[in-house]
Amino acid sequence: MVIQSTSSFLWKIAAAVVSLALFAGAAEAKKLNVITATTDMAALAAEVGGDHISVESLAKGYQDPHFVEPKPSFLLKLRQADLLITVGLQLEIGWLPPLITQSGNARIQVGAQGYLDASQFAEILDIPTGPVTRAMGDVHPLGNPHYWLDPDNGRRIARGFAQKFGELDPTDVAYFQQRLQDFDKRLSAAEQKWDAAMAPFKGRKLVTYHNSFPNFAKHYHLNVIGYVEPRPGIPPTPSHTIELIGLMKREACKLVLVEPYFDLKTPKSIGSATGAQVVVYLPSVGGEKQVTNYFELFDYDINLITKAFQSAQ
Amino acid sequence: MKKTILAAGAMLVFSIPISAQQASSPDANAQNTAALEQKIRDLEDRVIALEGKLRTIESQQSAATPAQTPETKGQTPPAAEAQAGTQPTAPTVPAQPPSTATQAGIAGNGGAEQVPGLGGASASAAKALNPDISVIGDFIGSAGGNTPPPLATLQPFPSLAMHESEIGLQAIIDPYARGDFFISFGEEGVELEEGYITFTALPAGFVAKVGKMRSAFGKVNLMHNHVLPWVDRPLMTTNLVGGEDGIDDAGLSIQRILPAPKGIFLEATGQLFRGDSSDVFQAQQHSDVSTVAHLRGYRDITESTNLDLGFSYARGHNNGTAAQPGNFITQLYGIDATLRWKPLRRSIYHSFVGRSELVWSQREQFPSEQKAFGFYTSGDYQLGRRWFTGVRYDWSDRSRYANLTDKGVAATLTYWPSEFSQIRGQYRFTHYAENRDANELLMQLIFSLGAHGAHPF
Repeated sequence: MVIQSTSSFLWKIAAAVVSLALFAGAAEAKKLNVITATTDMAALAAEVGGDHISVESLAKGYQDPHFVEPKPSFLLKLRQADLLITVGLQLEIGWLPPLITQSGNARIQVGAQGYLDASQFAEILDIPTGPVTRAMGDVHPLGNPHYWLDPDNGRRIARGFAQKFGELDPTDVAYFQQRLQDFDKRLSAAEQKWDAAMAPFKGRKLVTYHNSFPNFAKHYHLNVIGYVEPRPGIPPTPSHTIELIGLMKREACKLVLVEPYFDLKTPKSIGSATGAQVVVYLPSVGGEKQVTNYFELFDYDINLITKAFQSAQ
Repeated sequence: MKKTILAAGAMLVFSIPISAQQASSPDANAQNTAALEQKIRDLEDRVIALEGKLRTIESQQSAATPAQTPETKGQTPPAAEAQAGTQPTAPTVPAQPPSTATQAGIAGNGGAEQVPGLGGASASAAKALNPDISVIGDFIGSAGGNTPPPLATLQPFPSLAMHESEIGLQAIIDPYARGDFFISFGEEGVELEEGYITFTALPAGFVAKVGKMRSAFGKVNLMHNHVLPWVDRPLMTTNLVGGEDGIDDAGLSIQRILPAPKGIFLEATGQLFRGDSSDVFQAQQHSDVSTVAHLRGYRDITESTNLDLGFSYARGHNNGTAAQPGNFITQLYGIDATLRWKPLRRSIYHSFVGRSELVWSQREQFPSEQKAFGFYTSGDYQLGRRWFTGVRYDWSDRSRYANLTDKGVAATLTYWPSEFSQIRGQYRFTHYAENRDANELLMQLIFSLGAHGAHPF
């Protein structure tokens, strides 16, 4: 009798352990594997997906997203992915398409359920209205792909992600929606803080190295009057630099923002000629070690920019 | 579909002034204003969402459209609601005109052009299905003396030549495959350099290609002229692997990533061809097919340094020599190694690529089998955003006369005015087996038109 009850007890434990293991295995298996082209998309995906997805970015935050080496090690990540999120608008045209083809993963091919172009959710600026030629430099014919530096776009993209995650993992729809609402709330709270910090500097003029700042500038009512690059993707030329210095002097522009992957030589010479501050800002999450999520990206940049404006007063 | 979205967008915009009128009633208070602001923001969001869908539809390949439609379901009813009972009053111009994308699309493609027979789709929508078209011009000039001995395979470039005009046509065919065509126009003749379909949605991670393609034998054989870091190809390629055209044949290819320890990329490729490739393989009957196998291993050493190793094997038929024809077998064995360095924070300014390929050729012919060996080693360094320099050392026997060994060195300097053009100068010294030397200065201008797809790494 005692023996019987002990053995049935043992059986119960064994059954519990096995079912627990199975359940854990199932939970592990259904975790959505998301790969993103850039760190910003990964950061937004993580906000919405929480611990019910695994997410990794191919490019690093301090890397020029136009020129990423299509390494075979990326294929190892892509072949396992359930969802590939791209920035779109031809930002990744130079490196991502052959990786998608070679991945051998039918789920993430362009047009498949697991391919998501995040630009469809965001407000896109600089859409060329006339004919586009390469005389304009490496211009993006579908609009400016650096659109994530606007909290409103961040919210819109997160909403799009929540819907897509829910489609791919219907059992977690409520979880993703709840995460989205939570993100929305935290973003609204953070926005109050950012708006207040930026409010005194409405209409301020600045110059950026590449045209990667239009959405931020529009959102915070800043005025980007020129670029260190004469045309997108074309390195600075002496004649353009002289022109830019003249323009900055006339317009009393006191700030040059540079992306972390550009050489500082020309911006510094512009700075010394005009008295403008040269500031390396971060266009992407992960541009510096301490910037690990979407909120910290704005915290970091707004802190830099407000400080620069304040000291210019 | 597009019209519905446009109409919904317009109705949304029209509904803004009405809400604004309600807000201006005398008892409007701060709370009301906040609610209104929220409502305007929501409407703005929806206009942006609609703009995004419009862009997606306009730019998407036909294959993508059905897969995307389910997404629209969730958001259509509210848009319809907004339409119901709303009398459009005088439309005000919103901050962001929702039709910008449409205007751009139509203006960019010539508004007058209408393509019939597409169920009302506009000209821009029809063109969205066109393949990406690119043309790459490759102009070569050469100076200096190079009189090759009679048995040499290396031939000098003409003084000035429009060496190649490569037209690329690339598109996604359907949800299961994509197509790539590269048609190469010389000054006189036209050649299909590559033209193949790639099946991207096969089960178990297989990727298959069918058509004419450059075979996966080593590294240089896969490269088109315009992606080479040199004006010419290494002596080893010229002497053993078919020169500029290389092993480029009609057939099929299948590749798959293999399981490997973490962090190591391992890929196997198997190819079957008709058996006609320049002077390497010649098929005299149907069964004279050639095969190519390639195993590639890759590993990131650090985030900026990586190592790429490859082992290749090719087997096909040859028809002997002009003096003594016959049906024989040629076998090629190859090892390739590439070391790349590119610091991520300054990736557009500095980089280094070191390459080497070793090839052993085993060619049956009268009176005796020829076992030839050749290799090259090269290093290319990026000096600045627009400047590259490199050196290469060549050493190679000739496949038909394995006792004759040619040697050479080359140095290059390349300037990139933009991503889409490059100017290259190359000094080339060749020492022929017959004890004859050649000193040449080669000049190259490469220019690219249109949307040329990225090349595999």
